Amino acid sequence: MSQTTPEQLADRLRARFGDAIDNLDVSHAQTTIEVVPSHLVAVCTALRDEAEFRFEQLSDLCGVDFLSFGEGEWKTSEAATSTGFGRGVEGDNVQGRFGWEDRPQHPQFLRRFASVAHLISYEHNVRLRVRCFAPEDALPVLQTLTGVWPSANWYERESFDLYGIVYEGHPDLRRILTDYGFVGHPFRKDFPLIGNVEVRYDPEAKRVVYEPVTSVTPRVTVARVVREDSRWKTARAEAADDWKDN
Amino acid sequence: MADAGEIRSYTMNFGPQHPAAHGVLRLVMEMEGETIIRIDPHIGLLHRGTEKLAESKPFNHSIGYMDRLDYVSMMCNEHAYVRAIEQLVGIEPPVRAQWIRTLFDEVTRILNHLMWIGSNALDLGAMAVFLYAFREREELMDCYEAVSGTRMHATYYRPGGVYRDLPAKMIQYKESPWHKGKDLKRMNAWREGSMLDFLDAFAADFQHKVDEYEELLTDNRIWKQRTVDIGIVSPEQAYALGMTGPMLRASGIEWDLRKKQPYAKYAEVDFEIPVGTHGDCYDRYLVRVNEMRQSALIIRQCVDWLKKNPGPVMIENYKVAPPKREDMKESMEALIHWFKLFTEGFSVPAGETYAAVEAPKGEFGCYMISDGANKPFRVHLRAPGFAHLSSINETTKGHMLPDVVAMIGTYDLVFGEVDR
Repeated sequence: MSQTTPEQLADRLRARFGDAIDNLDVSHAQTTIEVVPSHLVAVCTALRDEAEFRFEQLSDLCGVDFLSFGEGEWKTSEAATSTGFGRGVEGDNVQGRFGWEDRPQHPQFLRRFASVAHLISYEHNVRLRVRCFAPEDALPVLQTLTGVWPSANWYERESFDLYGIVYEGHPDLRRILTDYGFVGHPFRKDFPLIGNVEVRYDPEAKRVVYEPVTSVTPRVTVARVVREDSRWKTARAEAADDWKDN
Repeated sequence: MADAGEIRSYTMNFGPQHPAAHGVLRLVMEMEGETIIRIDPHIGLLHRGTEKLAESKPFNHSIGYMDRLDYVSMMCNEHAYVRAIEQLVGIEPPVRAQWIRTLFDEVTRILNHLMWIGSNALDLGAMAVFLYAFREREELMDCYEAVSGTRMHATYYRPGGVYRDLPAKMIQYKESPWHKGKDLKRMNAWREGSMLDFLDAFAADFQHKVDEYEELLTDNRIWKQRTVDIGIVSPEQAYALGMTGPMLRASGIEWDLRKKQPYAKYAEVDFEIPVGTHGDCYDRYLVRVNEMRQSALIIRQCVDWLKKNPGPVMIENYKVAPPKREDMKESMEALIHWFKLFTEGFSVPAGETYAAVEAPKGEFGCYMISDGANKPFRVHLRAPGFAHLSSINETTKGHMLPDVVAMIGTYDLVFGEVDR
């Protein structure tokens, strides 16, 4: 077994794939590539088979919804010092409370859904993160990786279930974690944390019934705050988050 | 009506409430006679949306959820989660905290494997092992209680270290109508000194305890009939199906994150990676039993170091770790830090990371994306059991129905982590 550093891996990837990769980044000693959707399977097959990569295993795959990336729920400003502010959080910035029409758009994330795979090469002892953005927001479709790594099967089912990303060519794309007959994709950022339906036993009907949620109300105990902080400057410089610039 | 002699395939339901299902697993099995043609597992009955809940809370509020994923290897889950935060923030816990984490990762590994050996043997008809395994589990849970105040869901690892230093005195059994006199003295024999003394005595004695389990199983004819040649996984299959941990090692692949991508203080302790040859249930049993022996060795090395080297167990960066309570009474700065930390938490620089640890069941990973807020933007937990269970159709095809139970046992499934 040889030892490949993330930087060496990045050089090899750049030389081998060129245009098929949108973006390449090394941060926290991890290599990330962003693959053009149409090249996904071809790139992954090469990553698995070619001697300089040899990623034998797909260890993880998940969906990500970039809606509301970088959005705080609680805006503070200099004025707050003189006027004061309440800690209560309301309004349309609260996650899960905005609709599709008034959704906030992050300037750096023009597309919403991504599928992120983590590969591992046992031969070279190195990991690689492969991200692929779905071209369409309304109906995210990506190529399946089940043909390259069979372990992608359940991960893609999970991503489909929770985010509604459709994996084209998947042999068995059913829901996996949610209830039988579940409606919607619960991990999307516009899906409320408390859900849409709740269940209870109805003694008259003598069965369990589904009803719209009434027993709990959405409540934010700690507001989401994005802070630009000088103390993390060093860490941020290292992270060099240019992967966000698609 | 078909011919009387013809056996047609039929569908059978297994679980979700079944003692051998290790929680809430439903299997829809297509069978021909007693032979499995196809298995379709239905999971998600314990899905609690941990990842989405974590998105709705500050970083340090979700550590407790990690305990509840794989609820028999609690601290290992915490370890992956706090490591992800530490990587994004760019902090490193003090050396002593890293040794404590190494120690408790191994305590956790033994806890997990004891649960596994007990329940797997119980599933296959060997009742006694379970009772012996739980005898030792009790001792280790007392260590959990001694450091964190709770026997299972510890929330002991924190970003930047561990919650508090190891206790100077081990908790003891109190006198009661059921435990008194000589009996009580025997139970408290190891508990006179500190928790480290107790763990040292435990780890030294543990090899004999493993001998006891082995005596019950290793050469047991029935045990071998139930496990040898059952569910053979070739190395190629193990890679393709996403297997990690003991499942991978039993197939002959010498791979352990503790050795290959060391974290905490694993690079400084001496241990071996047990590897199987055949990749069947029996090899996986041998691998796990040997891992328990290795863990006990690691525990003794950690105890040794920790006894000699006192020091801080939490970083003194008050943006991440709370200042001392006494300081808070005197210093305005400390009070502000305290208040900010407990009302808002800390903001983590934007970025993404994947932190993996060698959990007892395999690779437990935490993929975390931060957008610079005090709550994670996305947390994904890579649970070893999820990948393992997804392979059940491949591994049990052509086997008999009772072998499915052996297979579920050997996967070491816990639905807290499979369903998340």
